[in-house]
Amino acid sequence: MRTVTYTQILRETLADALRRDPRVFLMGEDIGTYGGAFGVTRGLLQEFGPERVRDTPISEPAFVGAAIGAAAAGSRPVVEIMFMDFIALAADQLINMAAKLRYVYGVSCPLVVRTPIGGGRGYGATHSQSLERLFTGVPGLQIVAPATVSDASALLQTALAGADPVIFLEHKLLYPLREELPEGLPPALPFGRARVVCEGRRATIVAWSGMVPQAERAAELLAAEGIQAEVLDLRTLVPLDTETLVASARKTGRVLVVEEGPRTGGFAAEVACRIFEAAHDSLDAPIRRLAAPDCPLPAARNLEAACLPNAESIATEVRALVR
Amino acid sequence: MDLLTCHEQMLTIRRFEEAVERLFREGRIGGTAHTCIGQEAVAVGTAAALQPQDAVTSTHRGHGHFLARGAEPGRLMAELFGRATGYLRGRGGSQMMMDASIGFYGANGITGGSIPFAVGLALDAKLRGTKRVALCFFGDGAASQGVFHETLNLAALWKLPVVFLCENNGYAMSTTASRSLAHPHVADRATVYGIASAQTDGNDLLAVRQTVADALDHARCGHGPFLLECRTYRLSGHSRGDPREYRARDEETAAWQREPIARFEAYLLAQKLATDADLTARHAAAKARIEQAIQFAEESPLPDAASVAQGVFA
Repeated sequence: MRTVTYTQILRETLADALRRDPRVFLMGEDIGTYGGAFGVTRGLLQEFGPERVRDTPISEPAFVGAAIGAAAAGSRPVVEIMFMDFIALAADQLINMAAKLRYVYGVSCPLVVRTPIGGGRGYGATHSQSLERLFTGVPGLQIVAPATVSDASALLQTALAGADPVIFLEHKLLYPLREELPEGLPPALPFGRARVVCEGRRATIVAWSGMVPQAERAAELLAAEGIQAEVLDLRTLVPLDTETLVASARKTGRVLVVEEGPRTGGFAAEVACRIFEAAHDSLDAPIRRLAAPDCPLPAARNLEAACLPNAESIATEVRALVR
Repeated sequence: MDLLTCHEQMLTIRRFEEAVERLFREGRIGGTAHTCIGQEAVAVGTAAALQPQDAVTSTHRGHGHFLARGAEPGRLMAELFGRATGYLRGRGGSQMMMDASIGFYGANGITGGSIPFAVGLALDAKLRGTKRVALCFFGDGAASQGVFHETLNLAALWKLPVVFLCENNGYAMSTTASRSLAHPHVADRATVYGIASAQTDGNDLLAVRQTVADALDHARCGHGPFLLECRTYRLSGHSRGDPREYRARDEETAAWQREPIARFEAYLLAQKLATDADLTARHAAAKARIEQAIQFAEESPLPDAASVAQGVFA
């Protein structure tokens, strides 16, 4: 066994793909010598050289578009968008090209776009957003959001071996996460299978990415009060494991969906609706949502903290839910 | 592609596009389409210079590019009719065409959207060490997209085998190039990125063929990208139902005097490369080919609506 971080396992998984498949190459801003803004690609330039670990100019539409073209021609590009906020610049290429290649043209686009999301570091309104909601409604894009070290590798391996575009979300607060794992990489994991983080009978807490550790801590707080909450980690938003969601909702009858982004138009609404459509007859209380308020995420520590859901606010919601 | 085949291809495109406009007027096809009447020499001159392994990206005005690259008129027409036999089984329509088997990567209906895609094709070619060059058609309108500049910079920086071919037809929809370009020559954008460039008369088939061949050689030999501007004129309106109120009929009449097909025919006759009878026969053949294409499309089945949501992922 060994202790490995989220950052490290991502790096090892990328290195493994680069070693095994000559079609794989990495592209992004400052991913070479600098190693990426969060250090995920550190050291890869030295092993694989500048042709396969390509620093790009600050031109998201150009290099994301180029990655899509290269993928359509048979390469397997892995693009890093330094902060998910910057994906807005490349949204045209992802929405109007990558997402359409399979359905309209019948062409494979094995593209992985890795990008850090989320607040908690005081980076301000344009370096902290969780913008997955902008892409979950674009058929053709898979949205993956691992919350653990082993899932980060397992899901990235699946993304790297796939035939269609993936937006791979890495919450900034997860990078230092540690896990005890055997040597080597964990086995790959298919998309569309939610993880039951802990079992419980009183309520279901649904979360993804950076909200999963908060939900887990909330469950611990609640357990100390005698409230056994079940925590589900979506792992992938598209495809969504409706079956596991519904099974848990039927079991507990009470559901809270937690989302880091603002409340209105969030993916939590989709999750809640899927559960309601399939399990309304089993619900003992209206489904609740906990999300950030509908404002841009401010920079000051106390203001940011006032926006983001955390273990305490999740526990408070669950207490109200089971009352 | 020999000269008589070039002539035949230009005629096929012209008759195809005329048929498209007529079919819209008659209500036999729907949606939208952008025809390229007057621009046939750019499409055919380019196709004549390309090698089989080369890749092409196109624009929303791409029927001519696709036909010149080897598309079957029947399957292209069937796509416009929304039939199961269309290139994309009705899922693409006029602006979204692709057939990777002939190196045609089409367009996505977003002006300038295919420019970085073409650079990706070139990057793939470079990483694999193939002798493929990517050729990217775009218009004077797309030259105003930010991604065009970004992509020129990227391609120059990485010395990629790509030819950017600006089909300057004078109009971005209704906006004249003089009202959308601060500097009239798109090719001059190459200078600041250190890219080789040229301008040519896009209505002169032989000039296009030669200039494109030179540009492809440049890119294929590892000298990096090439920016080529072909100046032509969009005799058609922007799309179906465009009343062309933004330009004078005199301007169009003058432009018809410079249209590429009659001009090329005059050359063929003067050089004794063809007789009047040859040309007449080819006109008849092109007309018949398009009539067959329409018949094929109209007789083809509709796509299966029950499978409409299938095939989003592999």
